[in-house]
Amino acid sequence: MISNRAIDRLLDAAAWPELDARYSITGVAGHGGMGTVYVARDHVLERDVAVKVLDLADRQGSRAARLQKEARILARLDHPGIVPIHDAGSLPDGRPFYVMKFVRGHRLDELSTRSPLPDRLNAFSRVLDAVAFAHAHSVVHRDLKPENVMVGGFGEVYVMDWGVAQDDRADTERAIVGTPGYMPPEQEQVGERVDGRADVFALGNMLAHLAGDDAPPALRAIADKARASDAGERYADVPALAADLARFRNQDRVEAYRESVSERTVRLYRRYELPILLLLAYVVMRFVLLVWRGI
Amino acid sequence: MTFPATRLSVVQRTRSGDEETRRIALATIIEAYWKPVYKYLRLKWSLQPDDASDLTQEFFATTLEKDVVGKYDPQKARFRTYLRMCVDGFAANARKAERRLKRGGGVTLVPLDFETAEGEIATREPAVDADVDEMFYREWVRALLERSVAELKRSAEGAGRAVMFEVFRRYDLLDERETRPTYAEIARHLELTPATVTNHLAAMRRQFRAILLERLRELTSSEAEWEAEAAKLLGQPSSRATSARSRTARSGPADDL
Repeated sequence: MISNRAIDRLLDAAAWPELDARYSITGVAGHGGMGTVYVARDHVLERDVAVKVLDLADRQGSRAARLQKEARILARLDHPGIVPIHDAGSLPDGRPFYVMKFVRGHRLDELSTRSPLPDRLNAFSRVLDAVAFAHAHSVVHRDLKPENVMVGGFGEVYVMDWGVAQDDRADTERAIVGTPGYMPPEQEQVGERVDGRADVFALGNMLAHLAGDDAPPALRAIADKARASDAGERYADVPALAADLARFRNQDRVEAYRESVSERTVRLYRRYELPILLLLAYVVMRFVLLVWRGI
Repeated sequence: MTFPATRLSVVQRTRSGDEETRRIALATIIEAYWKPVYKYLRLKWSLQPDDASDLTQEFFATTLEKDVVGKYDPQKARFRTYLRMCVDGFAANARKAERRLKRGGGVTLVPLDFETAEGEIATREPAVDADVDEMFYREWVRALLERSVAELKRSAEGAGRAVMFEVFRRYDLLDERETRPTYAEIARHLELTPATVTNHLAAMRRQFRAILLERLRELTSSEAEWEAEAAKLLGQPSSRATSARSRTARSGPADDL
């Protein structure tokens, strides 16, 4: 009889990817519905890498094609905010795999409640840069969420998981993909192709998540505008969202929010706090001098 | 790869017009399922060994072909799930009728080694702490792996590659108490080089995977069911015993592969 422990070992043995001698698998970094990311040692370059492997090659080849498409997209999107790919191929048993940079760090959702808001917005801005770059290369991510963003130990940010991305240069698929709660209404329609505003919607949800419940009204308005149900009411593209967020971070008036007089006063005070204080000090000094001379 | 040639599943072959094909298909189902069913009856239905073995025999001998396979609709459930539900219904009816089951059950399609199954229960080998559904699944996996390992062994020995299977056995087929040896230790014991051990193990694992998927294909009724079962079986290796796992160091959630 096969023991319980042997069952686990045998299943791991059957799933274990048979890679080239260049790589030795050292562990498992994560897994999903259809595949696993292993940690491996690259003996040639003497570094750790991550290897994404399909658990099962389907007869139709659709999942294999998706992984290969993801690898090609990563190869095309050469950007500091997108994890670089090093190698790709097929295992002897037919399963495709690709090798990418091993990112040591945390998922953005794991950081979101612990770090200060400016740090979170800084990381989010880097996500915007990466997604805008992808859009400029005709790729829509379609599954943006904090869980798909890695933040490295030195603050570097990587947008991960391009497995369901829509490549406007090549795609013909019409399947519904994405994560409920993050994907826009138009992405839930069978047969609908989406444009960059689908990612704007998901980014709006991501921003709302990162901003937290006590977010300033202007920041909440930016998130709400980005995630409007009607795509026409969202920011036209990611750079427009990034520009409005930059205005918020600079304490300028944001496009998404109509502020009251008192809010505008407070914002302007914060924006120009030093000059205002210097001016006030000057006025007070003049007044004191006038009074003193008058005496 | 890699894909085994398309062939009808055993479920489909139980409906064949050919008597011999039907008989072999039923025997395959019994071989794969009798032990999970017996242990399920013992643990979920709290039956005594004699009653559980009688009911197991009766279920497979008199009910399987007509009432289980004959009424199975692949659109509604996986065959494994459906068969377990049938066992539940069968056991419930037996209990309701309060009938004393006849020892031996009359017909024996394949010899069922209840003594061994009982010994496995005694050593707590079934996942008795898990819920019964999970236990049934675990026993089904165990039976599937036992068949696959036996076939791998037969194949290796038949091809004069018994030493390759021995490498696989020593590294991947350990029981609870054994510590996994290093490649160097296996090489020393079998008078091989570590590189040869690496190559033998890789070859055996590749063949084992192919056999396992083929046996699994036999036991499922459609391509979709096979894919779902295979994904469940071979996915999520990190949830099983895996070394060098880091919770914080990772590279890609892989959720959407």
